[in-house]
Amino acid sequence: MLKVESLSKTLGSFSMREVSFSIDRGEYFVLLGASGVGKTVLLEAIAGVIRPDAGRIYLDGLDMTNLRPQNRNIGLVYQDQALFPHLSVRQNIAYGLKCHKTRRSALKAEVVRLAESVRASELLDRDVDTLSGGEAQRVALARTMATKPKCLLLDEPIASLDTRSRGDIRSLLRELNRQGQTILHVTHDYEEAVSLATRIAIMEDGRIVQDGSPESIFHSPKSEFVADFVGIKNFLRGSLGPATEGEQLREFIGPDGISIWILSDEEAGPGCLIFRSEDVTISIEQPVSSAKNAFKGIILDIIPAKIGMEVSVQIGVEISALVSRSSVSSLDLQAGKTVWANFKASAARFLCA
Amino acid sequence: MGLSYRGHRPPLSWLHLTFIALGGLVLFFIVAPILGIYLKSTYGEIAEVAKEAEVRDSIWLTLWVSMAATLVFSIACVPFSYFLARKTFPLKGIVMGIIDLPVIVPHSVAGIAILTVVSRDTLIGDTSEWLGIDLIGTPWGIAAAMAFVSVPFLISAARDGFAAVPERLENVALGLGASPLRVFLTISMPLAWRAIASGLILMWGRGMSEFGAVLIIAYHPMIAPVLIYERFGAFGLKYSRPISVLFMTVCLLMFIALRLLASGKKNAEG
Repeated sequence: MLKVESLSKTLGSFSMREVSFSIDRGEYFVLLGASGVGKTVLLEAIAGVIRPDAGRIYLDGLDMTNLRPQNRNIGLVYQDQALFPHLSVRQNIAYGLKCHKTRRSALKAEVVRLAESVRASELLDRDVDTLSGGEAQRVALARTMATKPKCLLLDEPIASLDTRSRGDIRSLLRELNRQGQTILHVTHDYEEAVSLATRIAIMEDGRIVQDGSPESIFHSPKSEFVADFVGIKNFLRGSLGPATEGEQLREFIGPDGISIWILSDEEAGPGCLIFRSEDVTISIEQPVSSAKNAFKGIILDIIPAKIGMEVSVQIGVEISALVSRSSVSSLDLQAGKTVWANFKASAARFLCA
Repeated sequence: MGLSYRGHRPPLSWLHLTFIALGGLVLFFIVAPILGIYLKSTYGEIAEVAKEAEVRDSIWLTLWVSMAATLVFSIACVPFSYFLARKTFPLKGIVMGIIDLPVIVPHSVAGIAILTVVSRDTLIGDTSEWLGIDLIGTPWGIAAAMAFVSVPFLISAARDGFAAVPERLENVALGLGASPLRVFLTISMPLAWRAIASGLILMWGRGMSEFGAVLIIAYHPMIAPVLIYERFGAFGLKYSRPISVLFMTVCLLMFIALRLLASGKKNAEG
């Protein structure tokens, strides 16, 4: 649907080099990279706000590299929302509709419908400078969705929000994507990426260095940079069970029915579980400890990591533990050996999908 | 709960007191002559000159010609200011220098210079005559002289106003399907409005107070500054002062009213 081919742009000392990727219709594509690697430049090039030095951009097979921004049918939402400060919320949302010559009679109802769709009905008559970050982001989304963009580009839409608003906007974005909206979202936050993406690309130094499903990125980082950047190797999709009263200890059912205990106050339902390999310990016998999760498994591989050794253990799913070299030798760890992999319920973090 | 900074303002140092004293001197320098002219004039004198048709006509002429010159030139100056704020191009520095030129050219020289290009037997003079517009000794010429000396004020203010409008807002508007003209009219202009209005007021005020250039292009019909000069030359201080007070009062009232009007709207600086 959206195809970017060898896109390059140099702006002062910064350069984006030969960036290529494609997004299918209905996909939620997250571009993950540290701040200042050129994510915003890439979005602005796709939106037509800046002209690339080289490369092509196609939307539904149509070359739109040289199209004017107003003719691209691409919606761009910035981190700072860029709401028009001299217009009310209602006028902000109506702006794109007026540009598309929506009839006056239909305009009012359409603005109300859009505001409802982002849960911003009560904000319509407010001045934009009275909105909180989350409210402003909802209005910015409604304003952009008014033009029915073929692809929605989001520039760090959650980064500057408080925790509660983050959850709200995340669920709103999921909802939009479920309704079929194709989304390209750039962020530096891997949790944001994991909780939203159907596909992730990692951007390093102006280039895309890895592109694939969240699982493949987390399980098999192609470079040290990707591994360092995502940081967490243990990533499982599954579903969180309901909470029992007065207890935050919950059961997460992962792939192949594996049951993991975690502490979480998230809503029950599908999502993913992440935990750091540093938090997983290896023992020969079943430990007697407060760790709620102890799994018997077989060591698949032991490879040197930047610090220590990374031990992959098959416990029904493959998980990774980071242990010291001395532990590897004192426990005589080697591929094929049966061991116990253990971690605390508080070490795992559930991100709802 | 912490105390606010305001509550803990440090005492004024000797340095600050010196700065305040210097500022007071400057303020006194500006206020004293204005106050003096008011205090020296009586209500009876002012009312007397206000009854004179020649005085009233000259004040009215000054007001409307300077206003008209400002509005007509703004049609070209405001979009040009936007262009200057947004684009870089070769020789931009020279263009900016040319715009500021009228500020440093002595106004009598400006009058002579304008006369050189608008008098008969010049391209502009002949063309305007062909169009039925006589530039010498008419409100047209007065407007040209006023605009020449005051146009840099509008362009500078509007350019700064447009530069303060985040380009991102314009980009968003383009992305929402607005044409560049629509973006200019609905986003850039309203957000730079306060600066543009300030520039318009400055241009109008500067044009209205012009004397030297107008004197050379159009002694008649007489604008207020020329009439004041003539009365001073012919009859002395006593007869020129009441007109000066009347003219200044009208200007001040209009200036304050326009400033209040222009400060009501939001713009890019909030």
